[in-house]
Amino acid sequence: MSFTEIHDFISQPWPWWMGGIVIGSTLWILFRYGKEFGLSANLRTMCAADGAGTYADFFAFDWGKQGWNLMVALGALFGGYIAANYFGGDGMAHISQATVDTLNAISREDILTYGNVPIVPGTTIVNPEIDPFWGLYTWEGLFTVRGIIIIVGGGFLIGFGARYAGGCTSGHAISGLADLQLPSLVAVIGFFIGGLIMTWVFLPYILRIPF
Amino acid sequence: MKMFKYIVIGFLFGFGMWKLEAISTFRIIEMFHFQSFHMYGIIMTGVGAGLIITQLFKSGKIKTRSGEIKTFEPKAKTWWRYILGGIIFGMGWALTGVCSGMMFLLLGAGYTVFVIFLASAMLGTFAYGLWRKKLPH
Repeated sequence: MSFTEIHDFISQPWPWWMGGIVIGSTLWILFRYGKEFGLSANLRTMCAADGAGTYADFFAFDWGKQGWNLMVALGALFGGYIAANYFGGDGMAHISQATVDTLNAISREDILTYGNVPIVPGTTIVNPEIDPFWGLYTWEGLFTVRGIIIIVGGGFLIGFGARYAGGCTSGHAISGLADLQLPSLVAVIGFFIGGLIMTWVFLPYILRIPF
Repeated sequence: MKMFKYIVIGFLFGFGMWKLEAISTFRIIEMFHFQSFHMYGIIMTGVGAGLIITQLFKSGKIKTRSGEIKTFEPKAKTWWRYILGGIIFGMGWALTGVCSGMMFLLLGAGYTVFVIFLASAMLGTFAYGLWRKKLPH
């Protein structure tokens, strides 16, 4: 196999069962080094490193010992960079026709077509152009009411909720469930209740805010 | 260089999650509309692999590199924090279409607006630290 063939092979969209291999190997290596898998813990570490321990004892811990987890996050950042820029394939999210219809119903315009939905709703040099309605992850998009709700509001909810629940998708939905922890199952049920409420009740209206 | 291996682990995870499209807000919307098996497949195979791996480590069949048996701390059996915190996290996850791990991937991929998202997530974590004693756990 030539380099180009390997490159093209990796650049295809991956099937769902690759999730088992990616997540499994991540857990395997972390456990071998005696560590846990949980990315949202880094938010607490970053707060502590910025001196939040002065304000709440929740942040007064030996955050230097969490350096390894910050490195996992840094690695994930590189992973995103390399995957998006060099192995992005067609740069599309291969979502179902039903979801394309749902998205077009939200925008009340046939903006998206099957097979032509960019993986990330924002434009960079590597990804295809997207209609401003879905241009959510851009600086222009941020300085709108709906952009502030989506980026600033969403960030706050994630940071607050992850620590309140004691973990996020990686800590509860993966590690906790794999360890058959009942509290993690409750948290994951919570993720879905919150996600369903947001997706079905609020998100369409937030996205339709015209300014 | 002790830290280098963690960068590699994060890289593999981040690269894989991008290629699995778990990064995409459209995949998250699809998941919450139950319109595809894709995201559920990722989570289910991930948890399935995790179950086997956790059991192997717990039983001591596989030890850590330093030869110890890996310990797993059981989570406190209280409920309010998991259900309420879970709902809040879930709302944020669906609102932006991004969870706490995926924001690092997007930052790396060049979506610089996510520095605001990250700062806001840190603020949320900070707010929890401040109000922790007033919240039901």
